[in-house]
Amino acid sequence: MNRHLISAADLSRGDALLILDTAEELAQAADRPIRKLPTLRGRTVVNLFYEDSTRTRISFEAAAKRLSADVINFSAKGSSVAKGESLKDTAQTLEAMGADAVVIRHQASGAPHRLAGWVRGSVVNAGDGTHEHPTQALLDAFTMRRRLGRIDGLRVAIVGDVLHSRVARSNVLLLRTLGAEVTLVAPPTLLPVAVSSWPCEVSYDLSGALPKADVVMMLRVQAERMNAAYFPTVREYSRRYGLDAGRLALLPEHAIVMHPGPMNRGVEIAAEVADSPRSTIVEQVANGVSVRMAVLYLLLGGAGLAERPAEVA
Amino acid sequence: MTHAVHSGGAGQAAGSPEASGAGPLTRSAVGTGQRQPRTAPLTDGKVVLEAAEIGRALTRITHEILERTDGASDVVLLGIPTRGVPLAHRLAARLSQVEARPTAAGSLDVTMYRDDLRLRPARALRHTAVPATGVDGKIVVLVDDVLYSGRTVRAALDALGDIGRPRAVQLAVLVDRGHRELPIRADYVGKNLPTSQREVVQVLLAETDGEDAVLLGPVGAR
Repeated sequence: MNRHLISAADLSRGDALLILDTAEELAQAADRPIRKLPTLRGRTVVNLFYEDSTRTRISFEAAAKRLSADVINFSAKGSSVAKGESLKDTAQTLEAMGADAVVIRHQASGAPHRLAGWVRGSVVNAGDGTHEHPTQALLDAFTMRRRLGRIDGLRVAIVGDVLHSRVARSNVLLLRTLGAEVTLVAPPTLLPVAVSSWPCEVSYDLSGALPKADVVMMLRVQAERMNAAYFPTVREYSRRYGLDAGRLALLPEHAIVMHPGPMNRGVEIAAEVADSPRSTIVEQVANGVSVRMAVLYLLLGGAGLAERPAEVA
Repeated sequence: MTHAVHSGGAGQAAGSPEASGAGPLTRSAVGTGQRQPRTAPLTDGKVVLEAAEIGRALTRITHEILERTDGASDVVLLGIPTRGVPLAHRLAARLSQVEARPTAAGSLDVTMYRDDLRLRPARALRHTAVPATGVDGKIVVLVDDVLYSGRTVRAALDALGDIGRPRAVQLAVLVDRGHRELPIRADYVGKNLPTSQREVVQVLLAETDGEDAVLLGPVGAR
């Protein structure tokens, strides 16, 4: 594996399967009376969050703590960033504190990539702008494999606001690596310009895509990133691209419904669908901790910078 | 040990990678070094235990376990991957046969508890399968192929402590090659094998390697 996890495209098929297999073993530890493992004792993980997040930050924090790492949480609000400190200066501060890994969420696409050039520790991208969110893709793949037994050959429909979704991009890249067939379903206004170069199919018709999907992944409509009118009304969007009980019935018997959260109930997904037994939304959160433990273990568990022989480092 | 090869000195820390996915090993294939990129491979290993002797050693250990645990009614066998796991299952099968009641066996991965994690890149985890009976109040017999530094056993004791609280913990090994680095000893030993730290002990089992044998050889020519 690389030293950093910035893009799902950095992962070879072997790397991705190693993470999923490791997560599978670590998920077992969650059922034990003592959930903590001593593996990352003495390592420091910094959660550097420039953007609001509940589940991702808590998930990374829980993962690091279950591996006995020390966790420092840093959010832009109430820190020197509010006083105008640059990312590079913050990076140097973290460097001086001896961070072994920096988990970064940033509103700017590419921020983790820049950060990786400034710190010696590992950088884990926890979402950068509209670019990527690789650990979300990994936990989605993990959830699919647990529910459906495989990823190779699965037909996955990713539906909704692809344009603003880092989850969609990471999922397309990772699922492709793992052998799934991905179809993006969205109104033309919510597809990126270069979508034709992505390794996936594109459709504008949700009802037509559902009967042949093993997995349907609903994306959140990211109103906070929308500075223009991407669709006429929420109601119209919901009618054409929302997953309601009627559309749920079009799915094959075994198919599952996923959502990275947070959900806009009644917009992209109806409440009754979100709460149905075919929805994996709560499972995805639990799986997130196991997958992030696996990532942190594989990045930090072995020889670190201090211990690594010079020719390897 | 989880290692297939138990070599001496610093070679121990830089031992073989986990043997997952490696196909059946023939004696000649041992020398290819494919699975032990950083340890000199065992080129001209001398057979110190043949299949029949391994079988007899396991049978003897079975009877010793029965004697020392009053019929093994509370015994749970936990094998340490890779080769401790098939050994644990073989012992469980023998115990079940002799006592005509099933004996629980499982596996215990100790990777996350090792003290040498920082000496090489992160390793893939192996499967942990604790029998449904759990370990609380039981006599747990840890099973491994080779006892060497004792560090794997220390890690196993820590891992076991996080799973439950056994009434007692015992250790069974196929080969004790000496050179302990910790105050740890085995309760049941298939064969005591005096070795030099420069030598390599390799256990082959039918389940993982296609045949049963214990080989001893000098570290391959360099």
